[in-house]
Amino acid sequence: MLLIADHLAKRFPNGVEALADLSFALNDGDFVSLLGPSGCGKSTALRLIAGLLAPDGGAVTFLPATPQMGFVFQEPTLMPWADALTNARLPLDLQHVKRGDANARAQAALARVGLKGFEQALPRELSGGMKMRVSIARALCSFSGAARPKLLLLDEPFAALDEITRTALNDDLLRLWREDGLTILFVTHSVAESCYLSERVLVLTPRPGRLADDIALPQQGERAPGFRLSPLFLDCQRRVSDALGGAA
Amino acid sequence: MKKLLDIFFPLAVALAVLGLWEGIVAARQIPPYILPAPSAILAALIANWSSLSASMLVTIAVTLQGFAGALIAAIALAILFSQSRLAERALYPYAVILQVTPVVAIAPLILIWIGFEHIDRALALIAGMIAFFPILSNAVQGLKSTDFNLIDLTRLYGATRWQTLVTVRMPAALPALLTGMKVGGVIALIGEVTAEFAAGSGTASGLAWRIVESGNRLEIATLFAALALLALTGILFFAALSLLEWVVLRRWHESARVYS
Repeated sequence: MLLIADHLAKRFPNGVEALADLSFALNDGDFVSLLGPSGCGKSTALRLIAGLLAPDGGAVTFLPATPQMGFVFQEPTLMPWADALTNARLPLDLQHVKRGDANARAQAALARVGLKGFEQALPRELSGGMKMRVSIARALCSFSGAARPKLLLLDEPFAALDEITRTALNDDLLRLWREDGLTILFVTHSVAESCYLSERVLVLTPRPGRLADDIALPQQGERAPGFRLSPLFLDCQRRVSDALGGAA
Repeated sequence: MKKLLDIFFPLAVALAVLGLWEGIVAARQIPPYILPAPSAILAALIANWSSLSASMLVTIAVTLQGFAGALIAAIALAILFSQSRLAERALYPYAVILQVTPVVAIAPLILIWIGFEHIDRALALIAGMIAFFPILSNAVQGLKSTDFNLIDLTRLYGATRWQTLVTVRMPAALPALLTGMKVGGVIALIGEVTAEFAAGSGTASGLAWRIVESGNRLEIATLFAALALLALTGILFFAALSLLEWVVLRRWHESARVYS
């Protein structure tokens, strides 16, 4: 077990009740998608887990201890004045890692997301997909070699990207998950994306978000090239779509 | 070619206006104590160059002192406001009051308090008071406009408030701060001139006083020459601050990008 979200509730000062009684658990190494209609509190749940918001009810418990956390937002959220290397290095700079070590780790992270040679590029010189890759590299830099589990939280990171870029980044994310032993909680409103990426899909009700269904998917490990056209994938989508329809 | 045209057209307009001015003054035989011809103004500028250029340097030096003081004070206060809502609520209204109170009304008081023996300090303070608010309001706006997700990221990675300020908030505030500096720099000059007018005779020695002095002596050509140098000083301030803005922002900010 890595984390338990226990009866989470959140109401904003403007009166909007984003979440009501959301409970689920994550195991170390899981790839879980949080799926639901717009405004159902998916992003709020992610921020509660990251500690960026305080819940009005319930609690998030990490077991046995708080994991290393990386966060990727829907927008790349880069510093426009800084090059790709400096952006990727941000978590290391904030932790006072020596500049030489930080640069080496940031360079390695950029290379792993396919941006070798773009270290000096400014965000405005990069495409939308490349900016998102820098954002993922920055999240990777927040993980050290320590034995603590690594929890990567992604808030609809590929929603604004074209289909080709999105597909490529989906595969890159799966590769990083496998190679680094990450635990991933992935917020999306795409049924297909949740089915392609995850081992479990948590379906939320419309606002205020509650857990409507917790669907375990059979696919594990590397996706075969024709997986998106396979009966298994289509069946997964049907199950998740039915759950989403039921929740609405 | 395009750059040459950018210079040529404004120059052509200036030459046309000056030519028309010269022609009207000559044709209508307007007395020089009412409206001197551009050629007479140029002659007065050359004849009085040593005193006018010395006054110009005084005006520039005093304005720069005021501007530098305003810049330091405004940035320090903006940082305080960005870190403490309480401080902002308590102090911001007074910054607004300072801005809306006409400087002409408070200049005599400041001159009395600081003393006419330290006239340059008083003029610099008044210039700084004028420049202060645009820099402060833009810096506060810039510090508050940082991408909230970026701030959240720094929190997630355990940054201190100081780290967040230096790493994210201050660079993000640069475009707004530089805009405030451009406005503040130019109106600091206006403040300095206004203060010189308020100081009266026998104290200040900047360009504004040369204007007053020339007016009193009906040396209108010299008055125009001083006025031209004052305008030139303002243009130099604006150009220097625009250059600074371009140097700082040209690589990354949309405002510094050039479209054809």
